[in-house]
Amino acid sequence: MSSTYLGMPGVPVFGSGNLHTAEPFPVAARRELDNEQLRANLGHATHTIRDKRLRVVAELPDWEELREAGSATKTAVMARLPELLEEFEGNFTARGGIIHWARDAAEANEIVRELIRDAGADEVVKVKSMATQEIGLNEYLEEQGISAFETDLAELIVQLDHDKPSHILVPAIHKNRSQIRDIFLREMPDVDPDLTDTPARLAEAARLHLRRKFLSAKVAISGANFALADTGTLAVVESEGNGRMCLTLPETLITVMGVEKLLPSWTDLEVFMQLLPRSSTGERMNPYTSLWTGVTEGDGPQNVHLVLLDNGRSAALADERGRSALHCIRCSACMNVCPVYERTGGHAYGSTYPGPIGAILSPLLTGITSEENASLPYASSLCGACYDACPVKINIPEILVHLRSEDVQSRRGTKKVPGQMDVAMKAASWVMGSGRRMALVEKALPLGKLAAGPDRKIKKLPGVAAGWTRSRDLPAPPTQSFRDWWAKEHEQTASKEQA
Amino acid sequence: MKIALFATCIVDAMYPSTARATVSILERLGHDVVFPAGQACCGQMHLNSGYFPEAVPVVRNHVEAFEAEEYDVAVAPSGSCVASVKHQHAMLARTVGDADLESRATAVGVRTYELSALLTDVLGVTDAAAQLGSWYPHRVTYHPSCHGMRLLRLGDRQADLLRSVEGLQLEPLPEADQCCGFGGTFSLKNADVSSAMLADKNANIAATGAQLCTGGDASCLMHIGGGLSREGSSISTLHFAEILASTREHPAPPPDAIRGRTRNAARLAGKAHQ
Repeated sequence: MSSTYLGMPGVPVFGSGNLHTAEPFPVAARRELDNEQLRANLGHATHTIRDKRLRVVAELPDWEELREAGSATKTAVMARLPELLEEFEGNFTARGGIIHWARDAAEANEIVRELIRDAGADEVVKVKSMATQEIGLNEYLEEQGISAFETDLAELIVQLDHDKPSHILVPAIHKNRSQIRDIFLREMPDVDPDLTDTPARLAEAARLHLRRKFLSAKVAISGANFALADTGTLAVVESEGNGRMCLTLPETLITVMGVEKLLPSWTDLEVFMQLLPRSSTGERMNPYTSLWTGVTEGDGPQNVHLVLLDNGRSAALADERGRSALHCIRCSACMNVCPVYERTGGHAYGSTYPGPIGAILSPLLTGITSEENASLPYASSLCGACYDACPVKINIPEILVHLRSEDVQSRRGTKKVPGQMDVAMKAASWVMGSGRRMALVEKALPLGKLAAGPDRKIKKLPGVAAGWTRSRDLPAPPTQSFRDWWAKEHEQTASKEQA
Repeated sequence: MKIALFATCIVDAMYPSTARATVSILERLGHDVVFPAGQACCGQMHLNSGYFPEAVPVVRNHVEAFEAEEYDVAVAPSGSCVASVKHQHAMLARTVGDADLESRATAVGVRTYELSALLTDVLGVTDAAAQLGSWYPHRVTYHPSCHGMRLLRLGDRQADLLRSVEGLQLEPLPEADQCCGFGGTFSLKNADVSSAMLADKNANIAATGAQLCTGGDASCLMHIGGGLSREGSSISTLHFAEILASTREHPAPPPDAIRGRTRNAARLAGKAHQ
């Protein structure tokens, strides 16, 4: 089944699947901003995780060095990805695992369906996985008559409610416990009709429901947090133990993983296992870390598969100024500190990947012109909190700006009439490209007073600037610019000195 | 020392008193201030909005304007514009493949300081009251702007200078490190999210009980002040340079709330007189 990865195809193969936003971010954001429940839950949850993260990060005297090491390791991985992938393939295969290469979402989905059919199953259990969400695996399998059951508690809640995750680590962050009880009562077969919304009762209901699935499933599907090239080992990091169940009980284990998850060696885990739990859940160590290397006879799954997914990653890798987005270890620290995410939630970003990392990763994987993904890089005030929080030091603000320039560039010449923003930027460039022209324009400053009311405030601006005055006044400009004042002051001094 | 002032476009055109305050502080310390006449803008608006080709002439103009002047260091009363000069100018030149501009922009960047960094790290100002005669007897809170905090790592420099102003009562701002939501064209393109961020920032400012919010970036203060004004709040905004420049002899304008009260008192006194 395995084929050889031959590096970059001639034309970039962009990612498909759940990576696109169908409506511009500002439109989606406005709707989500109106959801009071969402904003309250998000504000509470992100602040709690944020504070926990800061506490556990402060415990490590070498945190900055760890971030440097994480960043350097990932940079090295990206620099020799084809070579490392082949090394991994050799080691994984030698230990009885089978590798499948998938160019895009459709290929990956078909491979997984075939493997499930080969195992003679029509039901699978799943460990939470971003890659399978990205390719829309559950939806695809459902169309094919195969039921996929999410076993992570929050993913289960979201799946039972026929909803979408809104956070990569806490997918049901937008739901509170009474909403969860209602979902369980409505959707869970054999649920206790007297279920209350106490967390312990809810967890027990989920446990009973899932236990039946774990024991009957023949096939499990997982993602992977890391793949270690020198040993051919895969790793899943989780909190609930559902992952351990899926990875050990069924006969067949199918893992879907993006090619960028690779680390050169087993010893690199030392760095990443310090970075990841602290950055994601704010814990020193996560409760369950499972590592497996191929097949062990008589112990655990006897059919072990790995689908290596490109889905736009080669295209992202080819972008010199954007490629470090592939360093992401999916910890979600950037969304927990992001003031935009905190207010809009994950759904506003459309894609599987929300928040600051999603705002760069989605357009990098799909290409900037795909659907409304060009609006994502603008979903940031460039405050820089994400860069400071990122455990592998992805300079998200710089990549956001890079992608904005790609967007502007891609729209040049495509429209008969340039947009207001284009015209304004062009004019401002001409004025601000010279002190003399700036001085001339500043002569007109007193005219600004005409736009202001008797309180010296401008309350309504036209066109693109109307966004400002929707919630903010603008002061009337002064009668004299600093430049003008300076020139007059120094003329006077000069003439006094002459006299 | 000969210090070149980079006023920044927003201060030059909208808040000239901030630039005058900067000149006054530096001259009080015995330094010569020059104003490179060719200067206009750092180009950050173009850069951050993705208009790279349009940003090039703006950046080139800045580099040329400061190359044309003789000075020891350059200073700007803005964390954001200084961060752009120090970090973005060379990056832009590199991106458009202009190695000459890149090295010249780097040379200008390394000599450019944000005001509190210059005062603290180069000019040795630790006590504004003693060294500058700073006096501003009001309750003030302080918003640390994102780019000064995260790109320039200014830390407590601005707040420490404010604390050393005679009479000033500095009220700690809850969630101070949260962005005010300005973000340049972000405030227009994502006006709703920007406004939601501003509303939270201004609620925190109001909770301090301060009469005025200060900071190191005129753009963020214009945003915060614009929101406070729209809410009908009596809390006003003022750049920290103007607070440092304020003395008993030449005080900076007091917070609007105080000014209003004084005006009313004067009017009432006038009436009583009649």
